[in-house]
Amino acid sequence: MLEKALTGSRRYWTWVLFLLAVIGVGFIFYLRQFSYGLGITGMSRDVSWGLYIGQFTFLVGVAASAVMLVIPYYLHNYKKFSKIVILGEFLAVSAVTMCMLFIFIDMGQPTRVLNVILHPTPNSIMFWDATVLSGYLLLNIVIGWTTLGAERKGFPPPAWVKTLTFISIPWAISIHTVTAFLYAGLPGREYWLSAIMAARFLASAFAAGPALLIILAMIVRKVSKFDPGKEAIQQVGKIVAYAMAANVFFLGLEVFTAFYSNIPGEKYAFDYLYFGLQGHGKLIPLMWISGILAVVSLALLIYPGTRRIEKILAVASVAVFVSLWIDKGFGLIIGGFIPDPFGKVTEYWPTVPEALIVLGVWAIGALVLTILYKVAISVREETADVPKVTELDGIAEAELATIK
Amino acid sequence: MSINRREFLKIVGASAILALGGVAIADGIDKDNLEVSQFLPEPGALVAGKWAMVVDVRKFKTEDDYKRVINACNSIHNIPDFGEPKDEIKWIWTDTFEHAFPDEYEQKYMPASLERMPFVLMCNHCDNPPCVRVCPTKATFKRADGIVMQDEHRCIGCRFCMAACPYGSRSFNWRDPRPFIKKENPDYPTRTKGVVEKCTFCVERLAEGLMPACVEASNGAMIFGDLTDPNSEVRKALSSNYTIRRKAELGTGPNIYYIIGGTDNA
Amino acid sequence: MYNGGKILFGILIFLALVTFPFYNDIGKANVRPEPKINTPEIQKLSEKQCVESQAFMKANHMTLLNEWRDSAVRGGNRTYVASDGKKYTISLQNTCLRCHSNKKEFCDTCHSYAGVNPYCWDCHIAPKGAKK
Repeated sequence: MLEKALTGSRRYWTWVLFLLAVIGVGFIFYLRQFSYGLGITGMSRDVSWGLYIGQFTFLVGVAASAVMLVIPYYLHNYKKFSKIVILGEFLAVSAVTMCMLFIFIDMGQPTRVLNVILHPTPNSIMFWDATVLSGYLLLNIVIGWTTLGAERKGFPPPAWVKTLTFISIPWAISIHTVTAFLYAGLPGREYWLSAIMAARFLASAFAAGPALLIILAMIVRKVSKFDPGKEAIQQVGKIVAYAMAANVFFLGLEVFTAFYSNIPGEKYAFDYLYFGLQGHGKLIPLMWISGILAVVSLALLIYPGTRRIEKILAVASVAVFVSLWIDKGFGLIIGGFIPDPFGKVTEYWPTVPEALIVLGVWAIGALVLTILYKVAISVREETADVPKVTELDGIAEAELATIK
Repeated sequence: MSINRREFLKIVGASAILALGGVAIADGIDKDNLEVSQFLPEPGALVAGKWAMVVDVRKFKTEDDYKRVINACNSIHNIPDFGEPKDEIKWIWTDTFEHAFPDEYEQKYMPASLERMPFVLMCNHCDNPPCVRVCPTKATFKRADGIVMQDEHRCIGCRFCMAACPYGSRSFNWRDPRPFIKKENPDYPTRTKGVVEKCTFCVERLAEGLMPACVEASNGAMIFGDLTDPNSEVRKALSSNYTIRRKAELGTGPNIYYIIGGTDNA
Repeated sequence: MYNGGKILFGILIFLALVTFPFYNDIGKANVRPEPKINTPEIQKLSEKQCVESQAFMKANHMTLLNEWRDSAVRGGNRTYVASDGKKYTISLQNTCLRCHSNKKEFCDTCHSYAGVNPYCWDCHIAPKGAKK
């Protein structure tokens, strides 16, 4: 099926070449980081994780969110998702690929990456994160590829795929829960030390991932003959609305606990992110943009009148995505490191090489996604005119009925 | 036997994965053990049930007292000096009471001398070290004698331990430290870029029967000994003075104790 | 054969690339490296013997060093009892390199020949005068 990605329009190849160029630039800067060390980034002794780990965290959520399509379609037999579900599964593949790359580029000694397997350490959450992420990647590749292959031949997917799909549901929840546990179990990092961290992660994931999927589905519809379905997009819009509401609610819970208890350690990170601390506040504009976008998008999504207008749904989806990218891909990680264990503030801002490396990884993700979607779309375009076996049965029955 | 291209590729792929996996597992099981060899502790090494340190803040009087202690460590362990805080490597350093004990600081009417007084800070060699709990490769681990050790050979530089340490005791080599080491001590290794390092309670000196470098240079202001031995110097200091530890409420069980005293003790 | 010409051409390019190391070295002198052990420290020894036999060290020094490393750093045992019962302090810098103070002529000759690049020297300090 992969050969479908080798033929395409001029526009398709321009896009692929553009992505390759961005990847190339990122790779050159990664080579620089490889020889100089991670000092090339904005990270420091006090803020020892930055944009790389932030992107990783955000993208685990995007990957996990495929489950929001898998549950209705496979568990509740919600047929309207039959076309869009493959887009979700392949988005998960691309997102997990990026997650792994972000972890890899964040390593000080990348050539020793196999030490995680050679010296397995079950008491480390990182070990479990590596395990569940690789498993999830495999699950989604196998499920997506097999379903599509079957569809191409006009047959329903083999039964074992359904079993794998059921496994992938709790698995998706696990990848984001384990990722939240990376942060939520650390003594002395009050911003992260919260029991609802995993729940908040899942809520924001189920908003950001499907929001991205709405945008992607609309693009797919525009550039190809494949239509994931207007109603399917609307349903995903509802999912984003609910999840975003839950996410804002959870953030509210955190704010209440911190400020009503009035415990300084609980408040500091919020102070720094939204109001500034000890005269430092590089992230204030970003965090307020995130907050405003969250409120605006929520209003647009909750009110059915606006949500049903596709253009507004698109705008709201972009707003959700950007808002959560700032909140989770940036603020969450940096906020955990400020103030440092001494109560001092060291600020962080990504450097140019760091940002270009991040862009390069996103471009790799986009390339993987483009290729997978190209294959899926080509197969769909090919089979669109050919009636399925099941449909043929229906026609035959109908004909029989008329004869009788 | 007929086999199509697709199946052939599948078999080739599967065998490649199995072969690679098999090699990795075999490597793990058969660690190429030498046939005749034995490893023993150094004769004359200092041993303990649990090492701990008591820092008598009252005895640090002049700036020179701190500098001597810190330099002793820095020069022996090839600690680089980058001249800027972003890349800084610290094994032992000083900070104010406010920063060393941020949770004790709301009390604003303490003796002015105490507020200005620098505190010697280093790895606490915790009883329940969060850094060890989170390390994905056991590159940092706890020895039977309580020392939290760092194996630079195994560290992958993920910096999870830095996020986990509530004491800011861990430093990462953001770049090659060698050009920034003023005078290399040829008897001790340096570190390389991309690994985390920290105070080791001078394991290499304990093995030779010597006290940690800072303790030796402190003229009695720092006491080091076995916490499980009721007659040890540390136990005597602890039973005759009121001491505090950094962030003990986190359940980490820090093993550096501070005798603060007051102005009347000075 | 479908696309036969292209396939044959591709195979030729492939063969040319994989055999590059062979024809590239044709006619070049291929001298086996001889690690030198004539340092002043070794000359002083009455019995010129490393911690284990020369044959063993040649074949297994990397394994021995890995075991030394794990024993000293992780096990906390810094004395090695050799197969002849003699005891040595485990230290790359202070035991191995005290005798083999000629890193360039001793370690590097073989390592460059074999194309291996052990990361020992990223951290461990080679004796002065033998700096890479």
